[in-house]
Amino acid sequence: MKQNRFWSWIFLAIGVLYFLLPLIGTFEFSLKMRRGVYSLDAYEAVIFDPRFQATFGYSVMMALATIVVGVLLVVPTAYWVRLRLPSWRPVLEFVTLLPLVIPPIVIVFGYIRLYNTSSWLPLTGTAMGTNILLMFGYVVLSLPYMYRAIDTGLRAIDVGTLTEAAQSLGAGWITIMWRVILPNVFVAVLSGAFLTFAIVIGEFVLAALLNRPAFGPYLQLIGANRAYEPAALAVIAFAITWGCMALIQVVSRFAPRPPAQPH
Amino acid sequence: MNDVTAAAAAALPAYRPKLSFAWVGVVPFVAFAFLFLILPTLQIVTGAFRNPAGEFTLANVANLFQPSILSAYWISIRISVASAFLGCVVGFLLAWAIVLGGLPSWVRSPILTFSGVASNFAGVPLAFAFLSTFGRLGLVTLVLRDWFGINIYAYGFNILSFGGLTLTYLFFQIPLMVLIVTPALDGMRREWREAASILGASGFQYWRMVALPILWPTLLGTFALLFANAFGAVATAYALTGSSLSIVPILLFAQIRGDVLQDPHLGYALAFGMIVVTGIANFIYIWLRTRSERWIK
Repeated sequence: MKQNRFWSWIFLAIGVLYFLLPLIGTFEFSLKMRRGVYSLDAYEAVIFDPRFQATFGYSVMMALATIVVGVLLVVPTAYWVRLRLPSWRPVLEFVTLLPLVIPPIVIVFGYIRLYNTSSWLPLTGTAMGTNILLMFGYVVLSLPYMYRAIDTGLRAIDVGTLTEAAQSLGAGWITIMWRVILPNVFVAVLSGAFLTFAIVIGEFVLAALLNRPAFGPYLQLIGANRAYEPAALAVIAFAITWGCMALIQVVSRFAPRPPAQPH
Repeated sequence: MNDVTAAAAAALPAYRPKLSFAWVGVVPFVAFAFLFLILPTLQIVTGAFRNPAGEFTLANVANLFQPSILSAYWISIRISVASAFLGCVVGFLLAWAIVLGGLPSWVRSPILTFSGVASNFAGVPLAFAFLSTFGRLGLVTLVLRDWFGINIYAYGFNILSFGGLTLTYLFFQIPLMVLIVTPALDGMRREWREAASILGASGFQYWRMVALPILWPTLLGTFALLFANAFGAVATAYALTGSSLSIVPILLFAQIRGDVLQDPHLGYALAFGMIVVTGIANFIYIWLRTRSERWIK
């Protein structure tokens, strides 16, 4: 058993080294903009760059819109399938897995061919149409995570009983969704939302190929033209991802537990 | 209008749920999935089998078998296999260390949380992180050169290459493996190990004859998943190497932007080839996962 533990520490040390080195390296590099001393110049240059503010703002808005549309689409569907159409669950699981199977670059290639200016639905013809198309694309990318998070949340509550109770008190479908189901799966929705935020904020391929001024293409542009700013941006991006995951950990403490399961 | 219809109408509510319109509730979702997921993919797939005049042809797919495109697929597959294999091995050893390795229990939770973060930290920022660590002026490169006198670039290492890209991909491959294999290792019953040792098995024999056969579908399935994960990744590779390393996703990216192959339908075929490769890998993953769930609950 002694030797056993020795190897465990070795593997752990190798893992920690591999994962910490790039983080330390990036952080150290981002401080080196001023010759000879460590400074926060790179961060200053990044944060006061108007293009940073514009693209970051754009991506935040995009992420929020994606979350709203994704929740509006997935919560009622997952709820309805649990309540009335259990036979549809495998179909739903399969469809929501597809975005992991089909590479995003292929999906966006299809968008460009299907919704170009000479098609029946010329979404890419206008800036607003392209924004909407990009947002729908992000909803597709987030489907696997959103659906699984919300389905797990629904599993922990008794959907049938809650619905009947609400109905016998005279609630309509919208009241049931808004005041009964949503509050009960709110924690699950938040987990899905934070993960979606982390994915959308730095997404590159869809935004670049649909030619929208998002944060991902801006990152790539800076990476191709500057030396120290990319490292600062990587640190910021990592902090955002870390923040989203931390928030998921925090909110999931408040989740209702599924019945008859130890943890 | 007589009593019979009235009676039938009165009886109707009782069996209405049976011939129900419950399917109406999933119409928005199905319409969305159809318009923004299924139809665009079908567009690419059918496009791969059509000539510019719209007639059926196999010429586009046949055109994939030219040296420049085959070599792009080959290097893509090699990078994906290498990063998936190393990701599986290192991820498994890490998961083993935190689950069965006798480490203090406070180690486990931070590692799993970090894995959740790192498996989602891909794309352009990841490329920046590795450039500023292992690039020509990166921290590791400089430390090795100035403190130990080892110039890794003189030994042929280059972050903008096969090895460099594989090393970078491992940053999201290893955590994904840890996240998937940890529950599987948790599911290994203590009784199995005890039963094996009562029957006189050594530790090695236990792993070879009990543990690995049970874990095998999980390991192989995760390998397939990691493979597909690396094969479809564009942003990291593009930000790291620009267009200097010709892998399939980057070739497709350039094709969509500027028709570098000078044949739009060859672009469809290229994308179709990607779907086939990731589709097979994912199919293997799903098939093996259902097999492994027989043992590990």
